[in-house]
Amino acid sequence: MSKQQLVIIGNGMVGHHLIEQLVALGAHRQYAITVFGEERHLAYDRVHLSEYFSGRDADSLALSNADYYAEHGIELRLHEAVTVIDRNAAEVVTDHNRYPYDRLVLATGSYPFVPPIPGNEREKCLVYRTLDDLDAIRDAAADANTGVVVGGGLLGLEAANALRGLDLDTAVVEFAPRLMPMQVDVEGGALLREKIEALGVQVLTGRATQRIEDGETSFHRMVFQDDKVLETDLIVFSAGIRPRDQLARDCALEIGERGGIVIDDHCLTSDPAILAVGEVALWQESIFGLVAPGYQMAKAAAATLTEGDVTFSGADMSTKLKLLGVDVGAIGDAHGERTPGARTFRYLDEIKQEYRKLVVSSDAKKLLGAMLVGDNASYDTLMQYYANGLELPEDPASLILPSSDGAPTLGPDALPETATICSCHNVTKGDICTTLDAGALDLASVKGETKASTGCGGCAALLKSVVDHELEARGVEVDQSLCEHFAHTRQELYSIVRVEGIKTFSELIEKHGTSSGHGLDSSSAPKLGSSSAPGLGCDICKPAVASILAACFNEPITDAAHVPLQDTNDTFMANMQKNGTYSVVPRIPGGEVTPEKLIVLGEVGKKYGLYTKITGGQRVDLFGAQLHQLPDIWGELIEAGFETGHAYGKATRTVKSCVGSTWCRYGVQDSVGMAIYLEERYKGLRSPHKLKFAVSGCTRECAEAQSKDVGVIATENGWNLYVCGNGGMRPRHGELFATDLDDTQLIRTIDRFLMFYIRTADRLQRTSVWRENLEGGLDYLKNVVLDDSLGLGDELEAQMQHVIDTYECEWANTLSDPEKLKRFRTFVNDDSPDPDIIVTEERGQLRPA
Amino acid sequence: MNTATALKSEVTWQTLCSRADLVASSGVAAWLASADTQVALLYLPGQTPEVYAVDNHDPFSNANVIARGIVGDIKGEPVIASPIYKQHFRLADGVCVEDENVRLRTWEVKIEGDDVMIRA
Ligand code: SRM
Ligand SMILES: Cc1cc2nc3c(=O)[nH]c(=O)nc-3n(C[C@H](O)[C@H](O)[C@H](O)COP(=O)(O)OP(=O)(O)OC[C@H]3O[C@@H](n4cnc5c(N)ncnc54)[C@H](O)[C@@H]3O)c2cc1C
Ligand code: SF4
Ligand code: FES
Repeated sequence: MSKQQLVIIGNGMVGHHLIEQLVALGAHRQYAITVFGEERHLAYDRVHLSEYFSGRDADSLALSNADYYAEHGIELRLHEAVTVIDRNAAEVVTDHNRYPYDRLVLATGSYPFVPPIPGNEREKCLVYRTLDDLDAIRDAAADANTGVVVGGGLLGLEAANALRGLDLDTAVVEFAPRLMPMQVDVEGGALLREKIEALGVQVLTGRATQRIEDGETSFHRMVFQDDKVLETDLIVFSAGIRPRDQLARDCALEIGERGGIVIDDHCLTSDPAILAVGEVALWQESIFGLVAPGYQMAKAAAATLTEGDVTFSGADMSTKLKLLGVDVGAIGDAHGERTPGARTFRYLDEIKQEYRKLVVSSDAKKLLGAMLVGDNASYDTLMQYYANGLELPEDPASLILPSSDGAPTLGPDALPETATICSCHNVTKGDICTTLDAGALDLASVKGETKASTGCGGCAALLKSVVDHELEARGVEVDQSLCEHFAHTRQELYSIVRVEGIKTFSELIEKHGTSSGHGLDSSSAPKLGSSSAPGLGCDICKPAVASILAACFNEPITDAAHVPLQDTNDTFMANMQKNGTYSVVPRIPGGEVTPEKLIVLGEVGKKYGLYTKITGGQRVDLFGAQLHQLPDIWGELIEAGFETGHAYGKATRTVKSCVGSTWCRYGVQDSVGMAIYLEERYKGLRSPHKLKFAVSGCTRECAEAQSKDVGVIATENGWNLYVCGNGGMRPRHGELFATDLDDTQLIRTIDRFLMFYIRTADRLQRTSVWRENLEGGLDYLKNVVLDDSLGLGDELEAQMQHVIDTYECEWANTLSDPEKLKRFRTFVNDDSPDPDIIVTEERGQLRPA
Repeated sequence: MNTATALKSEVTWQTLCSRADLVASSGVAAWLASADTQVALLYLPGQTPEVYAVDNHDPFSNANVIARGIVGDIKGEPVIASPIYKQHFRLADGVCVEDENVRLRTWEVKIEGDDVMIRA
């Protein structure tokens, strides 16, 4: 029997999902499958399309690869659009050929609606739907300064964000009187507008564009109903989507009044040989403009094609989004229009800019819908009440009111087995439990097995909490151990050290280490009650604990108890080079150095034959010192008034400065003075990773403060503080944390910020990464540091004061202790240098040969 | 090492340095004149054995730095991590945990009174 011909038109998100479903059912053995895609690209993740502008490329957005299709014998014809469906001949027609079908599926999605405004066909009038559209926008933006998005709905705001990211002055023009009219009400819309305007995006509502013509100052001029005008270089239309049902219309399939191919619960159209899925399909008068319902249709269609019994029975249109950094959530009947007698609870906070609304049944027992603007924290919980018809608490308002201990969240254990966790892939809590019972042991394998959280990603947090909870219930430890020697996170070890006042690594591992149980012999008598000796530690836990001990007690790291914990750089207080020699970097606070000191640096470099270089941190690095030379070199440097620069430590590095008001004609504060003050204050502070600071004397920002962990920029009235910036491998702009601080406020804020970071960060986590993983984000950090919401302020400041008061130059300390100096011998039994260190000359200096 | 030296020096216990030269839970380097090479001496007070000797030369970076790494254990087996590219070497047999084809030479060592003795 020859295979039946199955033709699928459209290789978008739903078309591709259909193929995956068919392959999972083995239907590719029953059918010869041919797929037509009009776009050049294989199906890609349209939901995350905007990330194309923030660093992702077409490959990483792809949902699959050509090999997958080839492997399963599926013929993929990209860049070949179907132009006609000939139902009489049962063939589809393209510009290249005619292809017969036995069964046909339309998965043609939708197209962006462009309102019929005269001038809408002008150059630089674009849409936002495909990768090619985004390329066109990027090209057009290259020589543009301003951009306008027509349409203030979901996608419009996403497009606006993209334009902003392309450095355009951006405006959104919406026909309705408020933004996102579909999802939010008047209050919510007003709040959303405020938030978006605060980001510098201009919002014009209630504006109907009459025509677009040549601009005077920009490429286009938009003329509105009242003859007001707006000039812009680039226009993106995002005024809704329309089903791509033309092929179906042309071959007389049944079409809805306002478009869309009519389907039944089996995704069959009015011709039983033809199915339709995704955004092009109209089910019970509804088009579903989201990916999750499309995936459910794909599942039903796959069943229909294989005689299975899954049907499509509608889908939930609840959404949770972050638009321009603003949380927006809409659940069920968010407007309270669909159920007679519905009651609402509303909470509006104009200071924090949060709006939450509940729509409940007349007896206040069931949640019918909800609307969230500015804070989506309660979305998951509300969604579960809604989707599972759970009975609401006595006082439903408690779900949206801020309370000291946060909204009562619905724990994963409260969810029934039927609760949908991932709506994109239709995964229930029961499915997750089945996977775990079948042997999955972690989140990654649950994701792999069920595909949960691999669609829009909206369910990630909920999925993790369900998996963690279920694993725990099955007695599986969720492993967050630092390493094999400690079953604790760095944060936990930090608290243990502080609370129990543990001052050495050996005490900590003895009391809290996992006993390795692998027979590490201990000749000292084993401790009572412990079956085996604790391990020795390793190169992960030793430096991490060393850093914690230093931040808490600040004893010299070269003390006998601490020295074996340190990385070689800390042990020898210098940075090891590739040939085993070291570099020497004395501290030069703020980059300010007297000519006398500069001369000493030159003399030391010359005397010891050290390669000398100005660093990117405004100081001088002397390279090529051998172990046994370090004490002599440092003796001379300290004599001249230098101190160690901690270039080797996970510690305060440099505070970069610009010249500031003392010399610069623009400077408004003494940036050098402040930089030196900060460097003197925080020098020697050990932290989870290195710390860099900078101070600029005015907004021109010559010290690049916004790329530092702590950045300070002078204003007319004081200092603006930026935090959590990073250069290096993954640059991140610092975020504005507080403005116009006086000196005292600035110091207090930095004290608290740094100590809070030291307490709560992971090992080797820069402030930027810590911040990105910080639950509650910048607002939470501000609450803790500026508003002292945890009541920790005094303690953090006192702890910082302790570190400052106990500061001692590690090199000076070492030079005064003959025992410590013994460490600096190339060989303990011979005075000769390392015979294998060979140097050669280049550009007048020595370098490793 | 050329054959001449190999023939000349018989393998015997010899004193390398004193216990006070060692650093607890860490390493030092010593010059082993009879073999014209450098060894890393790792001292683990309280463990058995309490001292190990391996090559000071790190085969991955070609620098003489093993003594300056961090001493620890992996599943109970004592190891040292190279300070340059962080590979781990087992102290007992010198084998690199990340690449079993690479190994450091090892020597028998012991402490007698104050003397650190090596069989070489
Ligand atoms: C010497 C210097 C380069 C220079 O000649 O200018 C340098 C040299 C090294 N950097 Fe750097 N960095 C130097 C400025 C920088 C800067 C520029 C700055 O601070 O303004 C950056 C980007 C800014 C930042 O950190 O956000 C920088 C980002 C890095 C990174 C990436 C950090 C990141 O978060 O992505 C590393 C790797 C690491 O730390 O894990 C690194 C690591 C290193 C190490 C320690 C690599 C190593 O382990 O051997 C180099 C050791 C130097 C040595 O042996 O003395 N270096 N490094 C600069 C010393 C500044 C100083 O006076 O202390
Ligand atoms: C910027 C953006 C953000 C979004 N964000 C979200 C979100 O957060 N959450 C969410 O749920 N949804 C979101 N969506 C919607 C989601 O992408 C769609 O619901 C989903 O892609 C629909 O899948 P589909 O397969 O029906 O249509 P599409 O993905 O559009 O695929 C249809 C494909 O068919 C092709 N085609 C059309 N006609 C023919 C023809 N005649 N011959 C051959 N090929 C043809 C088209 O070129 C297209 O490639 C977003 C959409 C966009 C544009
Ligand atoms: S940041 Fe301002 S004050 Fe500092 S050097 Fe630049 S222009 Fe001058
Ligand atoms: S709900 Fe979209 S990925 Fe789970």
